[in-house]
Amino acid sequence: MPRYIATRLLAAAAMALLASLVVFLISALVPGDPVLAQLGDILASNPATVAEWRAKWGLDLPLWERYGIFLNGLAHGDLGISIATRRPVLEDIAQYAPATVELATVSFLLTLVIGIPLGIAAAVWRDSWVDSLARAVSLLGVSAPTFWLAFIMLAIFYGGLEWAPGPGRMDPIAFPPEGPTGLFLVDTLLARDWESFWDCAAHLVLPSIVLAAATIGLITRTTRAAMLDSLGQDYVRVSRAKGLKERAIVLRHALPNALVPVVTLGGLAFANLLAGAVMTETVFAWPGLGRYTFRSAAALDFPAIMGITLVVSATYLLVNLLVDLSYAALDPRVRR
Amino acid sequence: MSASTVPPLALPPAMPVPRARWRRRLRRYGPAWLGGGIVLLWVLVALLAPWISPYPPDAQDVVNRLQPPSAAHWLGTDVLGRDVFSRLLHGARLSLLAGFTVVLVGAAIGTTVGIVAAWARGFWDEALMRLTDLVLCFPPIILALAIAAALGIGTQNTILAMLVVWWPKFARLGRALALVQRGQEYVEAATVLGLKPRRILARHILPNTLGPLAVLVTLDLGNAILTFAGLSFLGLGVVPPTPEWGSMVAEGRELVEQWWIAAFPGFAILTVVVGFNFCGDGLRDWLDPRARSR
Amino acid sequence: MDGTLPRRESAADAAAPVLEVEDLRTVFLTDAGAVRAVDGVSFTVGPGETLGIVGESGSGKSVTALSLMRLLEEPARIVGGTVRFQGRDVLAMSGAELRDWRGDRAAMVFQDPMTGLNPVIRILRQVTEHMVSHGRQTPAKARVRAVELLRRMGVAAPERAAASFPHQFSGGMRQRVMLAIGVANDPVLLIADEPTTALDVTIQAQILDLLGNLNAEFGTAIILISHDLGVIGTVCRRVAVMYAGEVVEEAETAAVLADPRHPYSWALVNAVPRLDSPAGTRLTSIDGAPPDALNPPPACRFLARCPFAISRCGQEHPPLMEVAPGRRARCWVTADGRSLPPPPVAAEAARRELSEDRRPLLEAVGLVKHFPGARRSFFGPRAVVHAVNGVDLRLARGESLGIVGESGCGKSTLARLVTRLHEPTSGRLHFEGRDITHASSAEMRPLRPRLQMVFQDPYASLNPRMRVRDTLAEPLMAHGRASNRVEADRRVLDLMGTVGLKPEWAARFPHEFSGGQRQRISIARALALDPALVVADEPVSALDVNVQAQVLNLMLDLRQRLGLSYLFIAHDLAVVRAFCDRVAVMYLGRIMEEGPAIALFARPLHPYTVALTSAVPEPGRERVILGGEPPSTLALPTGCVFRGRCPVAQPICEEAPPLAEVEAGRRVACHFPGAFEPPRTPGR
Repeated sequence: MPRYIATRLLAAAAMALLASLVVFLISALVPGDPVLAQLGDILASNPATVAEWRAKWGLDLPLWERYGIFLNGLAHGDLGISIATRRPVLEDIAQYAPATVELATVSFLLTLVIGIPLGIAAAVWRDSWVDSLARAVSLLGVSAPTFWLAFIMLAIFYGGLEWAPGPGRMDPIAFPPEGPTGLFLVDTLLARDWESFWDCAAHLVLPSIVLAAATIGLITRTTRAAMLDSLGQDYVRVSRAKGLKERAIVLRHALPNALVPVVTLGGLAFANLLAGAVMTETVFAWPGLGRYTFRSAAALDFPAIMGITLVVSATYLLVNLLVDLSYAALDPRVRR
Repeated sequence: MSASTVPPLALPPAMPVPRARWRRRLRRYGPAWLGGGIVLLWVLVALLAPWISPYPPDAQDVVNRLQPPSAAHWLGTDVLGRDVFSRLLHGARLSLLAGFTVVLVGAAIGTTVGIVAAWARGFWDEALMRLTDLVLCFPPIILALAIAAALGIGTQNTILAMLVVWWPKFARLGRALALVQRGQEYVEAATVLGLKPRRILARHILPNTLGPLAVLVTLDLGNAILTFAGLSFLGLGVVPPTPEWGSMVAEGRELVEQWWIAAFPGFAILTVVVGFNFCGDGLRDWLDPRARSR
Repeated sequence: MDGTLPRRESAADAAAPVLEVEDLRTVFLTDAGAVRAVDGVSFTVGPGETLGIVGESGSGKSVTALSLMRLLEEPARIVGGTVRFQGRDVLAMSGAELRDWRGDRAAMVFQDPMTGLNPVIRILRQVTEHMVSHGRQTPAKARVRAVELLRRMGVAAPERAAASFPHQFSGGMRQRVMLAIGVANDPVLLIADEPTTALDVTIQAQILDLLGNLNAEFGTAIILISHDLGVIGTVCRRVAVMYAGEVVEEAETAAVLADPRHPYSWALVNAVPRLDSPAGTRLTSIDGAPPDALNPPPACRFLARCPFAISRCGQEHPPLMEVAPGRRARCWVTADGRSLPPPPVAAEAARRELSEDRRPLLEAVGLVKHFPGARRSFFGPRAVVHAVNGVDLRLARGESLGIVGESGCGKSTLARLVTRLHEPTSGRLHFEGRDITHASSAEMRPLRPRLQMVFQDPYASLNPRMRVRDTLAEPLMAHGRASNRVEADRRVLDLMGTVGLKPEWAARFPHEFSGGQRQRISIARALALDPALVVADEPVSALDVNVQAQVLNLMLDLRQRLGLSYLFIAHDLAVVRAFCDRVAVMYLGRIMEEGPAIALFARPLHPYTVALTSAVPEPGRERVILGGEPPSTLALPTGCVFRGRCPVAQPICEEAPPLAEVEAGRRVACHFPGAFEPPRTPGR
């Protein structure tokens, strides 16, 4: 097992380095001159200014040297300056990340709590109403565009029924909690500010359901298929021949095997969550990385987009590493 | 103890009777037919949009802006007074075009890469598969977003960006399928018969690879349409007046009161994706009855 | 129905039968109707008794076993009859009663040990969980007992094994674990469904021995299900022969083997070649296929295939009648107590003299094949799988050479080396005098027609998307043997006739054929190009014995008619003996012994051959149970590869013995050829 972990770590590190090269190449080989974009037409018409500007930003250096500078910057946490906000990209990301982490965590928990039990129940009571429900949920979950689902939920539960609060993390007139984590639920809890806590919690309900919808669909579907497969295996028949209770057969024998393919989906689920966060946050005016991404994309704020790509890809690599490790923990056959 | 002819069977009450069988058939094949119908309908709409839509998609009528659904405007009008129904019909063209282009071209490139890798083994296999891994180490939508942003707004650029992130999964699939096929005894038998590699590939490997590939392609069409709509929603897919479902939702996303502007295009996306999902599942069941409704 | 009332004595009544099955009927509910899988099966198993159930695939034997345990899954359903276990009505048990009974008083062991153990749970818990759940043991005591059980079942280092996961074990070891699971709660009855079918012959002998011991020592009643009468004969005193869902004969196993009273048992007994049958006999096979289980024929179900049928057989469905004391058969022919005649011994022409041409058709010298294995770590070197480790072969024209050995001995790799599907790592390979060791695929192409292959799996070796006609015409067209499609089609029909396929089947796809028919198609494909040598890799091992006999007879015919040579790879010694002129015995990628088939099996000289032949499950054969299992091909032992398991190994065996001629025509790779005597088989 330690050797397996070391191997995976090394591979992930190698991939991270390569990924940084890809991001660098995308930004370096952009068609359309960044000089023109940054300087504006009038300044760019003066060759001397342009040359000076290029030299200042190191654009006259060979590509591999520029990559070295880029890597060096990365090592010091320098992701460049956002054109739109005129602030270091890393600072922007640090500011917006907690909101996204809070939303994604709640959605992830929802996914686990709903998706896995629903998938299990659907497989155990195959062709029953639970199964039909699970299949409908998973089909709608994976088929509905997140941005649309967000809009519909907002229109119905906020605009129509007025059951849910509107967009944002809190009531617009409330003061955001001061706290160490930036996760409002945690910060308000720490401050024992119950009123704000419930306000934040209420604002989380709709966006977290919307964000979780796609992953719930994915996880339910996979859990169901994996459980059906697992329940059809010989060892389940052996367990029946042993006279074990059906509950023990499902939970102790079939489920651990079914979780193996579910866990390998972790990376995909995370990617879905990311894509979903961009849409959900945009519609719910959620001040997180997703909305930052949307704004950067809309404004073609290139440094910001590249910074986000780097940070998100690094996280994605980490998630996939964790997936590999838990896969090995679940399935003794892949440990070496 | 035993009669002289076959004793009649006392069948249990739960024996399949014709109606139950009919219901089972409907349960098994119904969704596939429904999915096929939906997809066919949208394809027809896309092809015939200019002739069947009541208004030109970009005809502005500022006086009648933000009208709710009515007899004149079935799905209402948007901020600029354009007919949502007409824009919806025209939007089908771009969504389907983008979906089919990305998946078909992506699958063609990807499977070719995968099969070549599996066939060549050694260095080329390693190199191509590491390249695949590299693309797959980015979350697809983020990488597509970055590339699309780098290339600039526009349908072609967005499709190009999606292609970059789309081919690797088909490369992996193609490689896996080719490896499975290469180990099949009937492929070995073809080699022993002294058939030329090209013939083995064309007659023995490809026909047996197309089935699983077709399933993935069909299921993936829904995915591609969703992703393209997502990128359009973010403002990358199309240049504004062009009708496109994702961007239509984006235009209406803050108008909770005028819900029809965003609700209908999004629902259109939902139906197409559901249609392709049903089709794909049906295709898989048809090709492999054992995997039924997994 | 004899109408006896159910006996309600206490379970402690020792004389009461363990299991009474009366008119059991199980059907599969399909869209087309009810498929009668088990159709009126009755038998009784007394305490400590052993009963075998034998039949071909589809005869209903496994469904019977599952019905007894009530382990059937949809769409199978028991629709009639009674099953009594120590007087209790099993079919009336509630779910909870059933759970208390299963795995406690009655246990079952299944066919495939590779899938029967849960891959993500440690062995220990899989052996202990039902001891605890049935309240037989406390968790602590269960753990102690589990290790003890594993030791008894012959699992090496049981403490360590208990802490391991199933994937770390071979099939044989897993089946031992399955047996330990089965007997953990001291069941009164153990049902074993084809427990050794997936195992090699020496491992099979070990497992059968274990089963026999369980019965002898603990008095566990055993129902053993198998397609192999020999296997049943080594464990079970009585046997029930099943055909088309019915028991057609029930008697002492020895009696059925010596004097079968139902024509189907007769066919089963005579279809299997035996190691001691006279040389040169053809196998007995019957035509046709089992009847449609949806609409079984009203009279005798075996009628269409029966060589002895009389007029009554077509009119009345025979009951299971007492034909001799303690013997019952479902047959009008033997109803009056007569025996069936022995099969006609075809007066086969003496073995043909080998052709005058003394140059070998195929010659291999020091053939070696290594495969790259998994990488041990990210930067570490790849492991090496030593599949074939220096094989010398000579095959003359018109000769057939058998290669036997257990799984993993490299025999299939050897077949793929000889046909150049693999390229040898080293060594020399000559075919028809030409060096083809490293011939490119383009260089091989003109030689391919002369060097053909038949594969093991009749389901995988035909392209599922090609019609038979296209499959057979393809090589003809590719090699220009037919100038146009019409000519090719004519040749195809010829070929189909040659292998006994009806011409109207030419437009069918492979899935429309049975296993035996598919194997005929494979053979026809191999013959299409008029080969000199056909390499057959386990061509009959996936087939039922009767079909096996048909295919082997066909291959023998073809050999004589077309003058073919065969390189015949198999694990079944008796089949090889019946089919081949010469035999080479492989172990761990090397040839241990080689010689004329009859002589080699009559008097094996290598200790491994002795063990292998004695492990063949034929009743009355005194077995040498070989300890242990073949070592890993990843790390080849030094010296003689067999010395780790050899009963007569000496220090000198650290030096690898060469394959040397010790007698005329017999070569043995052993320092002490003939030193290990086969046990005397008591005269039968």
